Amino acid sequence: MNFFEQFADKLYSTFIEDARWTYLTDGLKTTLIVTLFAVILGVILGFLIAVIRATHDKTGKLSILNFFAKVYLTVIRGTPVVVQLLIIYFVIFASFNIDKTFVAVLAFGLNSAAYVAEIVRSGIMSIDNGQFEAGASLGLNYPRTMIYIIMPQAFRNILPALANEFIVLLKETSVAGYIALTDLTKGGDIIRSATYEAFLPLIAVALIYLIMVMILSGLVSKLERRLSKSDRG
Amino acid sequence: MIEVKELHKHFGDLHILKGITTKIEKGEKVVIIGPSGSGKSTFLRCLNRLEQPTGGQILFNDEDLTAMTDSQLYAVRERMGMVFQHFHLFPHLTIRKNITLAPVKLGLMSKADADAKADLLLTKVGLSDKADQYPNQLSGGQKQRIAIARALAMNPEVMLFDEPTSALDPEMVGEVLELMRELAEEGMTMVVVTHEMGFAREVASRVIFMDDGKIMEENEPQEFFSNPQNPRLQEFLSKVL
Repeated sequence: MNFFEQFADKLYSTFIEDARWTYLTDGLKTTLIVTLFAVILGVILGFLIAVIRATHDKTGKLSILNFFAKVYLTVIRGTPVVVQLLIIYFVIFASFNIDKTFVAVLAFGLNSAAYVAEIVRSGIMSIDNGQFEAGASLGLNYPRTMIYIIMPQAFRNILPALANEFIVLLKETSVAGYIALTDLTKGGDIIRSATYEAFLPLIAVALIYLIMVMILSGLVSKLERRLSKSDRG
Repeated sequence: MIEVKELHKHFGDLHILKGITTKIEKGEKVVIIGPSGSGKSTFLRCLNRLEQPTGGQILFNDEDLTAMTDSQLYAVRERMGMVFQHFHLFPHLTIRKNITLAPVKLGLMSKADADAKADLLLTKVGLSDKADQYPNQLSGGQKQRIAIARALAMNPEVMLFDEPTSALDPEMVGEVLELMRELAEEGMTMVVVTHEMGFAREVASRVIFMDDGKIMEENEPQEFFSNPQNPRLQEFLSKVL
């Protein structure tokens, strides 16, 4: 057998035989579902925490909520995400028969929220105080000023950092295998242990992540260009 | 319309306003002048409580601003327009949206009414062709005229101007002052902090000189400029005129 025949053989046994490619497609589906819902959870929770923290910084109100937010950020950012995932699965939900995908969404969402919160808060604090005053002088109260004036500007400023956080999150879900959730990485690994062939499945997994990240980065720069319309001048 | 009684403002240990008492009647154009650090901007910003006074009272149409809840305060601010030195237009919104945002979101006007009002105001400030542009595409003078239009969209009872021409290139000061002059002629009640002595002389119904957190002298402009009494004012005028 020459090299090409060997390679074709390996391709066959890695992806085609026993429909092994379905490990990758099913795994990819799980990875995307976990990432998508974790992003949604992370953004909602992250924005809430950021608004609490920024409101405290700006007005001195909400000190109790701010305290809990700070504790949350310290704990989440001070421990590895794998450990958080394991604790949520094996400690918090130990006595429940719970869907692993849900646990993964929860763990990665809660984790991402902490990072999103600090990104959003820095975005809010970067807006000139004059914007708050202009809103107030027009009779817009603090929540309205936040929603219509501050947040849209903060969002544009933090978009690159936020997008980066999502890309990190997509890659971070690759540790979901620790709770035996068959995500993309785990799917590739299952093929590896079935065929005793490491190169092809792992490179395939890496390529799929890479392509997803490149697509995401492309979408973000497109969005950035649209949002920067108001910067022309 | 606005009555200020024994107004004090501290920033930490700094005593910025040391007991200001004055009255601003409907239709008056009050111009406040004074050296920097005299507290004139702080005083103006207390009038709509962007700065929280630490003592005294501010009555707006007999309602005490210093004793209000936040929601009452915001309702009062709807009736007091403010123009800032650095414009503070909303950079993410078109000029038209800058003007219509507050009236629409506060439920004071329908979107259509607000748009019509914006068109009217843009014509008034001479910038109808800029409606769909963004603030950063405008010159400083144009920005300030839009900021004035934005404040006017709320149909305020009084307009507060905080050094509206101080951040402008010299050749753009005229267009803004001209617009303010028009407003004054239409009978708008105005309180203006400025260094433009010509404007004070020609437009003001009363000029106030502040120094060291106090009102040192106030008078109608003719007498104020030709026959100043307070030695600090005499010194100040000799430097700026």
